[in-house]
This record gives sequence, structure tokens and C-alpha cells, in this order.
Amino acid sequence: MSVATSSLPVGPAGEERDFIQSATGRFVSQRRVRGMGVFLLLLAVVMALPFGLNVPSGVSAIFTLTTPPSVTVPNLVQPVRAVSIGLAIACALVGVVLIARKSTRGSYLVFSFGTVLFLWSFLVWVGRGTSLNFVSLLAETVIYSTPIIYGSLSGVLCERSGVINIAIEGQFLAGAFLASLVASATGDVWFGALCGAAAGALFGWILAFLTLRYGADQIIVGILIDAFALGLTNFLLQEIFTNHPNLNSPPVFQNVAIPLLSKIPILGPVLFDQSAIVYGAAVLLVGIHLALFRTRWGLRVRAVGEHPKAASTVGIHVVSVRYGNVIFGGLVAGIGGAAFTVGSYGQFTSNMAAGLGFVALAAMIFGRWRPFGGLGAALLFGFSISLVSFIGVLGVDIPSPLLAMAPYLITIAVVAGLVGRVRPPGADGVPYERE
Amino acid sequence: MRLELDGITKRFGPLVANDHVDLTVEPGEIHCLLGENGAGKSTLMNVLFGLLHADSGEIRIDGTPVTFADPGEAVRHGIGMVHQHFMLIPVFTVAENVVLGFEPTRRFGWLDRRRAHAEVRRLSSEFGLEVDPGALVETLPVGVQQRVEILKALQREARLLILDEPTAVLTPQETEALFRIMRSLRDSGRSILFITHKLKEVLSVADRITVMRLGRVVGSTTPDEADEKSLATMMVGRDVELVITKTPASPAEPVLQLEQLSVADERGVTVVEDVNLEIRAGEIVALAGVQGNGQTELAEAIVGLRPVRSGVLRVEGADLTDATPRERIRAGLAQVPEDRQADGLVLSMSIAENLILDQYDAPPFARHGVRDLSAMRAYGARALSEFDIRAASADVPAGTLSGGNQQKVVVARELSRKVKVLVASQPTRGLDVGSIEYVHRRIVDARNAGAAVLIISSELDEVLALGDRVAVMYRGRIVGIVDPAVGRETVGLMMAGAGEVPPPPPAVNATLGPGDGS
Ligand SMILES: Nc1ncnc2c1ncn2[C@@H]1O[C@H](COP(=O)(O)OP(=O)(O)OP(=O)(O)O)[C@@H](O)[C@H]1O
Ligand SMILES: [Mg+2]
Repeated sequence: MSVATSSLPVGPAGEERDFIQSATGRFVSQRRVRGMGVFLLLLAVVMALPFGLNVPSGVSAIFTLTTPPSVTVPNLVQPVRAVSIGLAIACALVGVVLIARKSTRGSYLVFSFGTVLFLWSFLVWVGRGTSLNFVSLLAETVIYSTPIIYGSLSGVLCERSGVINIAIEGQFLAGAFLASLVASATGDVWFGALCGAAAGALFGWILAFLTLRYGADQIIVGILIDAFALGLTNFLLQEIFTNHPNLNSPPVFQNVAIPLLSKIPILGPVLFDQSAIVYGAAVLLVGIHLALFRTRWGLRVRAVGEHPKAASTVGIHVVSVRYGNVIFGGLVAGIGGAAFTVGSYGQFTSNMAAGLGFVALAAMIFGRWRPFGGLGAALLFGFSISLVSFIGVLGVDIPSPLLAMAPYLITIAVVAGLVGRVRPPGADGVPYERE
Repeated sequence: MRLELDGITKRFGPLVANDHVDLTVEPGEIHCLLGENGAGKSTLMNVLFGLLHADSGEIRIDGTPVTFADPGEAVRHGIGMVHQHFMLIPVFTVAENVVLGFEPTRRFGWLDRRRAHAEVRRLSSEFGLEVDPGALVETLPVGVQQRVEILKALQREARLLILDEPTAVLTPQETEALFRIMRSLRDSGRSILFITHKLKEVLSVADRITVMRLGRVVGSTTPDEADEKSLATMMVGRDVELVITKTPASPAEPVLQLEQLSVADERGVTVVEDVNLEIRAGEIVALAGVQGNGQTELAEAIVGLRPVRSGVLRVEGADLTDATPRERIRAGLAQVPEDRQADGLVLSMSIAENLILDQYDAPPFARHGVRDLSAMRAYGARALSEFDIRAASADVPAGTLSGGNQQKVVVARELSRKVKVLVASQPTRGLDVGSIEYVHRRIVDARNAGAAVLIISSELDEVLALGDRVAVMYRGRIVGIVDPAVGRETVGLMMAGAGEVPPPPPAVNATLGPGDGS
């Protein structure tokens, strides 16, 4: 009897699946997709009524599409009523598509398109009767998103190797503080940012040391680091900066316009006329993605995060890999911290990370522990902060504490409502015990 | 490589898993390690591979004492191991798993995917173990995962290869292929330590046999001096009935009915197609087939672990096609999953908790929403002795049990309630001869008590011994249902999709799948 184990009923040839696809996948249920569709229909109602019919006809919103040095683009004048109703119809159609579709593939993309329509309509409504600089709104979105991108990359690095980094918030604060101090003292932003990174890495090392060496609980150590960093920076702020304000007035990274690219209308000023710290985030984003999914290093890191024992049986040193990643992750979060001070704003202020370290973690989870996945959530959050500050300027009568809450609410809604069933790395948060 | 283990002792708390074990493996020798479930075989191998550290004793390689702080060092000393519970990363592809630690790269550590895939394809054809390099490991049936685990160890060209129950879920053909590889490795001077519970295999491949019981070496022999009976007696310490005797089935009304059932795998490919099957109360249908022909998916669909694409599933006439696993349990369905660690047990929970997972919220284990722990413990202790589960107590985590004893916990849980339908995949995977005898008897008892039983097994002997009817699956279809009396040859040919399909046995009205695969 010569029964070969031949011709299994398998799908597409193996060649078609690559190293990337083997990473954690997203599962979307039909029900959730329907829910998204219904949600879009509700949004469409809001767009059609309060944003649309409720606004007297003849009122327009003007979007400025130019910032001073770049190429001039004519303003976009939009009759509020007509545009909102048009967008409402489009949004409703997208909702219907989601409800009616058989396949769930690409549902998130379709849904995101629907929410963009809503945001547009919201902007038109907010800007009714005045003008709104759309380009600088987007450019600020990018700036506000930057620390969150660094933070979520830090989370990806740590958790892909199996260590939960709840200390991002603390690493932000440490990085922001030291970057400001050093840059003020030396007048060198680069050196400041470097020291900020080092401060983050140091806190990364503490996390690694306590959890990997002594098997301490990762969450608890992380929270302690957050609390410690907050207390320490507040203390030093009092002790040093109040008496020596000159030590807390660092130079900041100047915008560097990239030749040619920065000339592209709208996109140019938004993406290609930013500071080195923003470009750095982009570079790290691509770099970490490729390293994680295309290199030997990445394969081993993911192996350690998924199944450390299996990794150790092929000779991978689990603890060293984790040390490396947690310290590297701390370093990245430290740069993110520097972005708060020398990146844009300059001064260090008390608790200036304001929970964004946790938002970054949420972004990372939303992004399924993948670098580019977290980008979407980071941008959304950056957009809501930037929007809130714009609305503040426009003087819409919404109580300001409520406004300040909005970005966090949006994050909760997105993360809780949209994330669905995500699967963390198999050994995420599980200490590795060798016997 | 000449390997000497000298007085290896390993304790887990009060339990002595290895008690002054001495063992020598000569170069160019296939050395079989036999022993009951929980005898300490895997523990010994894990000590040797650096996963565990001995409390005392010495390991010598070619006369030089060595100590391994971690498996990496064992690997560097030329030791390779196929683990009883696979060391595979579920979310990685087959290729990624095989090359991990020895990745082919281009510049800057860039992974060379093409070379990895080519390498796996080469190994797979060289060793006759078919795998798809691009498939995600977690989506593969255990039999295929086993092939991956073996390929992974083989590519390292170890000087000493440890094989911890590699054949538990292999088909006879795959086992034969593995034996050919083992023999050729031996002939080129490598040493092999081979663990199995299948005595036939031991007799056919071993050069030397060492038997362990309760952590000690109790004897050593060679295939020429021993036979199945003597080996079994040596292992278990009593005579064992190797072939199950059962009375003829007296099937009553149909209980489990599958009508035109189709099931898809993770990638949306239809892997079970238009299956019609009816199992009556009081009969055992054994499903034979080469791993990967849809048996796993069919079983998962029946128990509710996988959605049905089309068709209907009925239990006692009630439509359970879309029922949740819980509803199915309430309807009298029981299942032994093929992957006990992934689908059968919560490894971090105690044995007792695992034993009542299906009824933790019902009396006597819970009243008014409050659990009764002493009832659970008492029950656990009873099950331990009834099913001969070797553990310090019912309170230890299920994950610390030996492989075979974990299997017994699953079987004990599923067979301890009143079942109307039992779906058992590889029910005796990793069990020793004594335990197989017991589990087989329990399955036959369940049948006699009126259950409809579906057995899925890659072990043809088991299929033919247990089945009142044998259904053969090939490429997702049932290509024939025959009387086990037709014999191994015929069933084997049908499994390959080649054989002529004999007419269905007259006594029962079997329903054939519409397509007959030839
Ligand atoms: N990590 C552990 N903690 C506590 N006890 C353990 C641990 N690992 C193994 N044991 C115990 O050691 C004994 C030997 O287990 P081992 O896995 O070596 O058995 P085995 O001979 O491989 O059995 P099987 O044939 O079932 O695989 C068992 O009683 C088991 O419960
Ligand atoms: Mg074992």
C-alpha cells in the first residue's frame, strides 16, 4: 500500500503568503460590520439635520488651503447646507453598502471613508460663516500625532517581544523634561533630543531589569514608573525650573522644507514642511515595520513574544531579546517625549504628557501591534486635539472642559467600538520562567 | 555521538519524576524509551535538552561531562529534539517555524523568504513529509503540525536526535517514512532516542529498548528478545489486553445526522464538501483518512468550533447547525479534540477544574451561583483513580501533567457525563497501552449505553478495532463507508483516493457522499 501524503486540499500556493501576512490578523464579524453601517446611518442623520437643514441657506464656510510660504491654492467656499446634505447622502450610501455587503474584507477602510465624510461635514458646520485654515489644521494634526506615533512604536517594540510597556507615559515625561533641560543648557536641540531618548531608555532599562531579572509584574512596575516619573519631573520642575527659568526655555527643532515635495499643494505644507522629529517618526515607522516583519531580528523578536519556550529551543536567548527591545522601546518613547518640548512647544510643563502615553498604547492595540496600524489611531487623536484647539479659537459655544475631553472620548469610542477581536502576541505580559 | 546519562534525578516538589536514571546511547543506535504515561520519559529528555535542570546526576557526551543552561547550548552540542508538545509558533508560517534560529538571510539580516520556502520544500520532498511552506501553523491539523516539528528537527542535522512521541498522530505511511529516515541517520552514525507507545513500532525500528516505570529504569532489552506482550507487561507491570474485544453493535434510531455538510478552512477554501453521514444510537463510526483531508474540520464543525458553510447538522432530529458549543453540550454532545492543549484543557487551571469545565455552574459543583469547591475536589479525586491519571493530586495545574495524563483528563471529562453523541479525534493520542485499553473500553461502553460515536483517528488499527462502520474521507468527501472486516489494505487504498469502493455493508443503511472520489 503506497499511500503518499499527496495533494492535500490546500488553498493558494505557499509562495503567495509572505512573512508579513503571518503576523496577527484581524477578524471582523458580519455583525460588527453591520453595526458600523448603522452607525454611519446615524451620523448621516446628524449631518443632514443639525449640520444641514438647520443652517439657513446662503451661509458658507470658507476653507483656506494655503499657508503663507507655499504655493497659493484658491480658497474652498462651501455652502453649508448643500454640502452637508450632499455629504449626508454619501455617508448614508456608504452605511448601506456596509450593511448590504456579503464579504467583511476591507470593511474598516470603507468605514473610515464614511467617518471622513462626517468629519468634513462637521468642519463645514463649525466653520459656517467664517473661514478656517484647513492646511494648518492638518499640519497641526501631524504635530500632535507625533508623540503618539513614537509611543505606539515603543509599545509595539516591547509587546512584540512579550513585555507590556505601560511606562510609556513616564518615559514621555522623562524624555520631555531632560530634552528641555539639556537643550536649554547647551543650546543644542539635537543633543537635547538625544538626552531625552536616553532618559526614556533608562526608564526602559528599569522596567526590563525589574521584570526580567526579578519577574516583577509588568503592569505594576509600569504604573510605578509612570507615577515616579510624574513625581520626579514635578519635583525637578519646582526645584530647578522655577528658580532658573532659562533652563526651561529650549530652542526647538525648526521646520525643514523638503525640496520639491513641500511644493505640492495642501500635502506639501502638511507633510513635507515639518521638523526633524516628525520626519524621525516617519523613518522609525517604516524602519521598525520592515525590521519587524522582514528581518531575522524581527522574526526572532516575534517568536519570543509569541512563544518564548519554542524560541529558546532553537537557541534564541529570550531574556536578551526582551532586554534589547524594552530598552529600545524606552528610547523611542523618550524621543516621543522630546517631541513635546524641543519638538514643538519648547517649555516643559507639569504632567505635560497628559495621558497621551496611554493613548499611544490604545493606538497600538487598535493597530493590532503593528507599526502602521497604530498610525491611524494616532492621527485620529492628533486630529481631534488639533480640531479642539481650532474650535476654541473659532469660539464655538461648547464648554471648554467638554472640548478638552473630546479627543479622549473619541479614542475610547474608536478603540472600544472598532477594535473588535484583536489578538495580542501570545506571550504578551507573561514572564518567561526558565524552570 | 555517545551519550551517557548517569544517575539523573529530577524532582518536582515531592514528586520524583526521574530517580537515578542511567542510560547509554551508542553512536549509530536507535534507542527506544518505553514507559507508562507519567513514567518520566519526557522529563528525562527535557533535562537532556536543557529545558529542565537535573537535581543531580551527570550527562556525558563522548565521555566529556556537559551541562546545558538552556536548549541553545544543547543545540550547539549537536542535539536536536522533536517535542511531545510541539515547539511551534502558531502565528508563524511553516517556513518561518522551520528556519527560526537558522534563518537564511541576505544582507543586513534581511530574511530570504524564497530560500526559506525552497529549503522547506526540499526537506519535505527529501523526507516524504508533505507540508505547505506558506501555511499558518495554527490552521493546520495536528498531524501536519507533527510533520513540521519533525522537519524542523531534521534540518538541523543533529548528531543526537530526540524524538518524543513523533508518531502519535502520524499515519502508518508517514511513520514508515520517518523510520526510513531514522534508519538512514543511524547508518550514518547518528544516535536517536525514540519515544513511542506503539509497541509494533518499537519492535520494528529499535536497536535497544529501555523501559521506565515510576521514574526509574526497570529494564532493558532488544527487539529480538522481546515481543509486544512482554514489553507491555514490562511497562505496565501487569498483562494487557492489546486488542479490544467488543460485541457486535446493535444500532437503534439515528442520532447524529449530517446532511450535505460543507465546511471551509481559515482561508475560505472548502475542505469538507457535501458530507452525508448518519450515526445511530449504539454504533461507532470510525472516520479514516490521511491528515488534511477534512476530518479535523468536519469534527470541529460538528462540535461547534468551526462554522458550517452549508448543510444541516442534527442531533436527535433537532437542528444544531448554528448552535453554540454550550447548546451542543446541553444537547448531549461530547468531544475529545485532537489538540488537547489548545482545545481540550486550560493548562493553568487545576485538574479538578478542568474535569468539571462542562458543568462548573451546575449542581453539585455550584449552587445559586456559588461554587462548591469541596464537591469539585472530591469529584476530582475520584476521577483521578477511576481513569488512572497519574498526578500528585487533583489540585495541581493540568499543564504539569505528562502528555498522556493530560489526554486522560480530557477523556475523563467528556466520558463522565451522559452523552448522546461522542466525537473523539485521536482519542488515544499519546496514551500507553494500558490506558488505550481502558479508554477503548470506555468508548465501547458509551456505545453500548446508546451513544452515537464518531472516532477520527490516524491510527488505522484503532479505526478498524473500534469502528462498527468505517467511513473514509478523501479530499473533503466521504468516499465510502465499509465494514471494518474489509481490512487494512482496502481502507488504506481508499484513503489514498485510489481504491475501488466496496459496496456499503448491508446491515446498516449508509449514505454515500454524492461524489465518489477516484
Ligand atoms: N513542570 C512540572 N511540574 C510538576 N510536575 C511535573 C512537571 N513536569 C512533569 N511533571 C510530572 O512528572 C512526571 C513525569 O512526567 P513526564 O512528562 O516525564 O512523563 P512521560 O513519561 O513523558 O509520560 P507520557 O507518556 O504521558 O508523555 C508526571 O507525573 C508529571 O506529572
Ligand atoms: Mg511525555
